[in-house]
Amino acid sequence: MSLHRLIAVARKEVIQILRDPRSLAIVVLMPVILMFLFGYGINLDLKNTPTYIFDRESSPQSRDLIARFRSSSYFHVAREVDNYAELVAAIDAGRAKLGVVIPPDFSAQLRNGGAVSVQALVDATDDNTGNLILGYTESIVRGYSQGVRVDWLQRQGQLRAAPSVSVESRIWYNEDLESQAFIIPGIVAIVMAVVGAFLTSLTIAREWERGSMEQLISTPVSSLEVMLGKLIPYFVIGLFDTAVCTGMAILWFGVPFRGSLVTLFIGSTLFLTVVMSQGFFISVIAKSQLAASQVALISTFLPAFLLSGFLFSIEQMPRPIQVFTHIIPARYYVTLMKAVFLKGTPSSYLHTELAALGVFAFVLVLLATRSFHKRLE
Amino acid sequence: MSNGNDNSVVVEKLVKRFGDFTAVDGISLETRKGEIFGFLGPNGAGKSTTIRMLCGLLKPTAGRAMVAGFDVAREPERVRQNIGYMSQKFSLYNDLRVIENLRLFAGLYSVPLAVTDARIEWALEMASLADRRTAITAELAGGWKQRLALGCAVLHRPPVLFLDEPTSGVDPISRRAFWDLIHHMAEEGVTVFVTTHYMEEAEYCNRLALIYRGRMVALGTPNELKQRHMKGELLFIEAEPLGPALEAVESAPDVLDAAVFGNALHVVVEDAAAMQARLRAYLEARNVRVSAVEPIRPSLEDVFVSLTTGFNGNGKGKAT
Repeated sequence: MSLHRLIAVARKEVIQILRDPRSLAIVVLMPVILMFLFGYGINLDLKNTPTYIFDRESSPQSRDLIARFRSSSYFHVAREVDNYAELVAAIDAGRAKLGVVIPPDFSAQLRNGGAVSVQALVDATDDNTGNLILGYTESIVRGYSQGVRVDWLQRQGQLRAAPSVSVESRIWYNEDLESQAFIIPGIVAIVMAVVGAFLTSLTIAREWERGSMEQLISTPVSSLEVMLGKLIPYFVIGLFDTAVCTGMAILWFGVPFRGSLVTLFIGSTLFLTVVMSQGFFISVIAKSQLAASQVALISTFLPAFLLSGFLFSIEQMPRPIQVFTHIIPARYYVTLMKAVFLKGTPSSYLHTELAALGVFAFVLVLLATRSFHKRLE
Repeated sequence: MSNGNDNSVVVEKLVKRFGDFTAVDGISLETRKGEIFGFLGPNGAGKSTTIRMLCGLLKPTAGRAMVAGFDVAREPERVRQNIGYMSQKFSLYNDLRVIENLRLFAGLYSVPLAVTDARIEWALEMASLADRRTAITAELAGGWKQRLALGCAVLHRPPVLFLDEPTSGVDPISRRAFWDLIHHMAEEGVTVFVTTHYMEEAEYCNRLALIYRGRMVALGTPNELKQRHMKGELLFIEAEPLGPALEAVESAPDVLDAAVFGNALHVVVEDAAAMQARLRAYLEARNVRVSAVEPIRPSLEDVFVSLTTGFNGNGKGKAT
């Protein structure tokens, strides 16, 4: 190993990156764009569900119920209609996901102490969203109903008469139950996987395509020096991109950061080593920038997205797939990122993840070094 | 194997096969210190494959090669420290400046920092690139690029220099300037191993190996080759139309070989003086207008055609 030669390669890479506006744009913009894309694109929260209401009574009581829908952030009362057909048409056309029909005898039945039913029509094309809409609708109606019952009991002089059991829940880690807080740390991990592998997947393939490889390997520079000289500048860029993504998660998406920066740094260093070695390896094998970048994107994105537990819980996967997820490096980084962001888990609890990433880093660096030969065949 | 001389290239029965195809078929040769050794042959003859094996870029299938005292198959890194290589296609970094390419290769060849600046200045001076040092390499014309590539290849002062078709695609004046540089290097004791398919360039070499279909068909100085390998004497014939003239000459008695050279014919005969008048009459009798029939001294191209047609076994050949 000669530091002199390694620095010569690294300096050349830096000059090339800085001189090419496209590669600069990729370095800076790609993580930002991906963060926005995934950050807003993947949102499991229900907000502003377009709602149509057919109020067949228009009494103070029914207005009161409607007001509850209006004030809820889960629903957006797009329109009130005066016939059933219009409401059905709105759901058919996709203008509404929820239709609420209040019966004409709503207030009369309430006064009489009878049971009243409010009809809810839910578009459950997406069953998950449908369930959520139904759940929130029920909770609004239940809340209203409780208020009505308390009034009624008070009037009967029987307050405190009806015992009830309820769950006193304390929600930990993600107190507002916002899916973004749960998703964004995982998105940072996925963006780093994609960006890291993509950047390095171009390095060797570019030399082959431009014809500069032949001259480079005719010099005494060793394959390890070529690899390190090329990866070190991208590694620094990768750390910069990690900082950008983490900053966006905290400042833009408002995800709490409770853990230690040191753990984040160590974990990210190991994970970047993994994905960048993977990208380099692909670049050596593919020899074409187009093929290399595509393989790099697919081979990092798909496993990181589907099998890391970022969105889909690993515990709920079929057993063989659960076993398979153990060889997905992103799995450990996603776990680590979620823990570092939301739980503030001390790194002593994360040694499984750190150790796993360390093993992957070692294996892939070895693989990448071994794959690159200074031969034209 | 004699390799007492560190500056030499010693090749013994070198073979390279790609699958069923034998690109280099048992080539043996030796070069001397300070010699310009030419590798002459048509495209695809195995010149580049040989040079790449000598630089450690391809692994020989069989045979042995020592460069600057090191075995190319077993000690490629030691070989690389002692050679400069210019590949056939320009392969420096087009997006770097001239000076940045030089600095990069000074680093890659581990030129000591203390002398790096001096070496770079020397290379810039030698390649007449001193006032282009901050130019982006892509913007240089062909001749400048070739000289920069040479400059990058000699920063570490290697005893052996491999140049693979260094002047292809370069204008004649730049080509001439480039050969002056090569001669200059050789005078300083550098062994220069150069491939070319330009016959006139081959004349500049001290010794030449003629390569055809992976085999070495002749080896010697340009003059030796001309004297030793021409089977007969040469007649130069200017005639019109050329096609029928060639056909007629080939059918004429006592003609050993005939080939088109530019817009004339080169005809190999036993006795040029005796055939001169006979051939003119023979052609004119067959409705060919003949403007000149003259004996000439053979060029390397004639030697090459003569050697390869014999090698081919199909009699008459055509040079490119």
